[in-house]
Amino acid sequence: MGIDRAAVDYVARLARLALDDDERDRMRAELDAILDHAGRIRALDLDGVEPTLHPLPLLNAGRPDEVAPSLSQAEALCNAPAAEDGRFRVPRIIEDA
Amino acid sequence: MDGLRRGAAQPMSVAHPHTLETTIGLEIHVELATASKMFCGCKVAFGGEPNTRTCPVCLGLPGSLPVVNERAIEFTTRIGLAFNCSIASRSLFARKNYFYPDMPKNYQISQYELPLATQGHLDLDTESGPVGVGITRVHLEEDTGGSLHIGGSGRIADSEYSLEDYNRAGTALVEIVTEPDLQTAEQARLFVAELRAIVEALGVSDVRMEEGSLRVDANISVRRAGEVEHGAKVEVKNMNSIRSVGRALEYEEERQRKALEAGEMLVQETRHFDEKTGTTSSLRTKEYAFDYRYFPEPDLVPFEAADEWIDSLRANQPELPAERRLRWKQTYGLPPGDVVVLAASKATAVWFEAAASAYEGDAKKVANWIIADLFGRLNEAGIGLAECRIAPAQLAGLVGLVDDGAISGKQAKEVLGHMFVTGDDAAQVVREKGLEQESDTAVLAAVVEEVIAENSEAADKVRAGQLNTIGFLVGRVMRKTKGSANPKLVTELLRAKLSG
Amino acid sequence: MKPELHWRPATELATGLDAGDLTSVELTEALIRRCDDVEPRIAAFLQRTDELSLESAAAADGRRARGEALTPWDGIPVAYKDIFVTRDVATTAGSRILEGWVPPYDATVVERCSAAGLPMFGKTNLDQFAMGSSTEHSGFHPSRNPWDPARVPGGSSGGSAAVVAAGGVPWAWGTDTGGSVRQPAALCGIVGVKPTYGVVSRYGMVAFASSLDQAGPLTRTVEDAAVLLSTAAGHDPRDSTSVPDGPPNLLEGLGEGIAGKRIGVVKEFGGEGSQPGVRARIDAAYGRLERLGAALEEVSLPSFKHAIPAYYLIAPAEASSNLARYDGVRYGPRHAAPDIVAMNSKTRADLFGAEVKRRIMIGTYALSAGYYDAYYGKAQRVRTLIVEDLKRAYERVDLIVCPTSPTTAFKLGERTEDPLSMYLSDIYTVPVNLAGVPAMSVPCGTSPDDGLPVGLQIIAPVLGERSMFRAAYAFEQDLGWTGSDEGRPSL
Repeated sequence: MGIDRAAVDYVARLARLALDDDERDRMRAELDAILDHAGRIRALDLDGVEPTLHPLPLLNAGRPDEVAPSLSQAEALCNAPAAEDGRFRVPRIIEDA
Repeated sequence: MDGLRRGAAQPMSVAHPHTLETTIGLEIHVELATASKMFCGCKVAFGGEPNTRTCPVCLGLPGSLPVVNERAIEFTTRIGLAFNCSIASRSLFARKNYFYPDMPKNYQISQYELPLATQGHLDLDTESGPVGVGITRVHLEEDTGGSLHIGGSGRIADSEYSLEDYNRAGTALVEIVTEPDLQTAEQARLFVAELRAIVEALGVSDVRMEEGSLRVDANISVRRAGEVEHGAKVEVKNMNSIRSVGRALEYEEERQRKALEAGEMLVQETRHFDEKTGTTSSLRTKEYAFDYRYFPEPDLVPFEAADEWIDSLRANQPELPAERRLRWKQTYGLPPGDVVVLAASKATAVWFEAAASAYEGDAKKVANWIIADLFGRLNEAGIGLAECRIAPAQLAGLVGLVDDGAISGKQAKEVLGHMFVTGDDAAQVVREKGLEQESDTAVLAAVVEEVIAENSEAADKVRAGQLNTIGFLVGRVMRKTKGSANPKLVTELLRAKLSG
Repeated sequence: MKPELHWRPATELATGLDAGDLTSVELTEALIRRCDDVEPRIAAFLQRTDELSLESAAAADGRRARGEALTPWDGIPVAYKDIFVTRDVATTAGSRILEGWVPPYDATVVERCSAAGLPMFGKTNLDQFAMGSSTEHSGFHPSRNPWDPARVPGGSSGGSAAVVAAGGVPWAWGTDTGGSVRQPAALCGIVGVKPTYGVVSRYGMVAFASSLDQAGPLTRTVEDAAVLLSTAAGHDPRDSTSVPDGPPNLLEGLGEGIAGKRIGVVKEFGGEGSQPGVRARIDAAYGRLERLGAALEEVSLPSFKHAIPAYYLIAPAEASSNLARYDGVRYGPRHAAPDIVAMNSKTRADLFGAEVKRRIMIGTYALSAGYYDAYYGKAQRVRTLIVEDLKRAYERVDLIVCPTSPTTAFKLGERTEDPLSMYLSDIYTVPVNLAGVPAMSVPCGTSPDDGLPVGLQIIAPVLGERSMFRAAYAFEQDLGWTGSDEGRPSL
């Protein structure tokens, strides 16, 4: 088993990380080692064991349907790297292949 | 890498047209009419200045956390109950991970393994009989923001850049997925209309397709009858009205049939419906299934619905369209066509019932007036029943006057026209316009005598058995009385006079 | 000889403020001077807020003069790890991808401490997005251990630990996901607490691993930790994972001692894994606990050996999702590019550090199609085993003890080339986060082999903070190391 370059490329694309070739090679080796270590638990037979999603058995946390004040447009946009007409501006949207 | 799942294009051999069958499944999104968003207190509304209804939570600012809107859970459960679903005793939210600029967190909080409701069904009344449609699931999620694409035609493909508005981001959204049980475009259209009526009756959403509070995507595939595997599934998007659902799927079904008959390959793809041309065009080929990496939302805790709570919701569900149709059939005996029209929207249904209760006679008459006359006027004026100046009881009053003979049917149309503009009672309009019918037998008898005397040829024809000619004589009487004679009474008098 | 002002614990400062021996402004000025003195050597801060701190201190003095002190600790400054969102004060989470971000809101922890009158005293350094065990993965600069500036202060809350240990501030907030409050506390010779998951609100805490993150105090005394924790603890309607109850009363009965308590020693954490000097101090600590009246017995927690693999699947998985929002669209710097995919990808690759990228990659992989069950799914089940092992142990013992860290502070650069070696620093702390139970590190002296601090970890059952604090207090008081000249770095 082990992680190959194609896997690294696939994951980097999913995670939106533009890694250069050196980084990809290094990442491949590091991920391989880490996943090998982490993967030790793969061998465990845990079929009857339920996953723990939360350490405390909390349930039904919710809020009543009440309106609360919003940020102003200026506050919402105050950290925007690019904005136009009260909206956040982004470069051309292309579909993820 | 085995992580990639590919949907291969399905090669099809030349198929005989008669052995092709269509399967359609729908994926419908309903924006809930809660006052605040799904996970924060920002107000839910349509329109307005961009980015004025956001907060750290729905903007996905670092450190923010979602908190579930309890009313959204209730509304979704009601939708599940209305579609005869099993309501989950334990339900989880999950993250659906993908990057898109209209999603502030680049994941959508949705549901995956344990949705709020599953395994429902709806029996659709179609012309060819009832069609059972399975409901796979009903789940709750948050809506995305909205994008404007600048620099081209307004669509992404030829844009230079885009602008994001997050006012809508975080609005509670219910997703309803059907089994691929629909077999024709018309069935799909009917299903959407019925779903819309159901959700509206529940009072949980405005369900306005033109405002985006009801959205429909379809998966349609045409294949050879009897083939176990489905053909290439084509997703159709951008159907912005109930009518468009029918048009788009009709076009797409035809396109697929033609392709198969010609021996062409159908590919699994997403197609965009164009309202203007009534055609679909390819948006992208669905070669890869998106890897959403679903996992249970760690910032939220599970929801457990107590049986008593579910039962109490079931006990006070509003009346659903199917129930109303049955009740109307039993109470009013309306023909199915009328029922469909009058029950199509909650507003119309309520209005009709109010008019029918205010009216002492056969509700069919009231129904006729609404369908044959009032709807036409409303359409022309571009308003709905809610804005109509005439109150239901007033229509009942008008029909009552016709029954009493105070005015003729023809006059009543005129009166309705005035009522539509002024909102006055029928009786008041009749008085003001001096439209009372002449129903005094003595007065009419005299005119009848005159007319018989002046039109002896016609009179003779009637005496001889040509009863149709009575109409001509009735017309003469109407002319003499300047239209104010009660035509029914006139006809009776003429018959009596000319039969002996 | 009475220690200088900047060495006094918060509880003592409170008495002084109340008696009028001292003003908050005087205190704050003393702390500013101390920080100016030590910062060149420890670089604990990412941002100093001296002006704001003095303003808040003056306001506190005003309140006291009018007899309107908000709490006994009104006017005692507190430092925040730069992972706590602070309104109008830049917050970076230690990363250049948030450089220049000025939040429009406050974290609940910050809000509650401000409501108690504690002036904010700067934002401290951290491994970016709390991912690390040495603070060397800060996007800006490493921090250094006041006991030996050639060594790390631990991480990820290294800045907070360093400034408290150096006397720059009486108390500070950190966050602990796999040991990031306890381990720096141990390496810097101070007290560090990770409460039960859910006791302190995560609202306004930049998320790393949502089901593991918890805010925790870093202080020089156990009593100070109890006070600071109580100030922020308790239900927050803005955090769905927060406990339903209000803050625990941790000061009541703090001095009750541990006579008759049963304390478990973890069999699987015996000897081999730790540095000999650490081992020696820990064994001595166990002896002290016995002399204080506790009965020690061995407990076996076999699932603990799977904790690191499970943690290094769960934490990166949740992190990969939590960090997806940093995409150059709504805040932070942006790398220019012709389309959104290139913009997102270059911005993230450029501005996230190597450790963060590594964890995003691991996490994305562990969740990806076909791998969920084998990795993330499995790890969540291992978590259940850990929870159950602890439950079983707590049927026999009241508390569990072990070392906090297998080694004393290591040198800068020693572990950065081998990520796995860095991960193994967390071997004693990570199981605690997976189980959600509370734990704290209390200093137990310095290691005989290098003179560097060693921390004893006390682990309690869920919501067992009171019993944990009592044991720590009893130990601290008996040891008498804290507050002595010996118990302070000679910086």
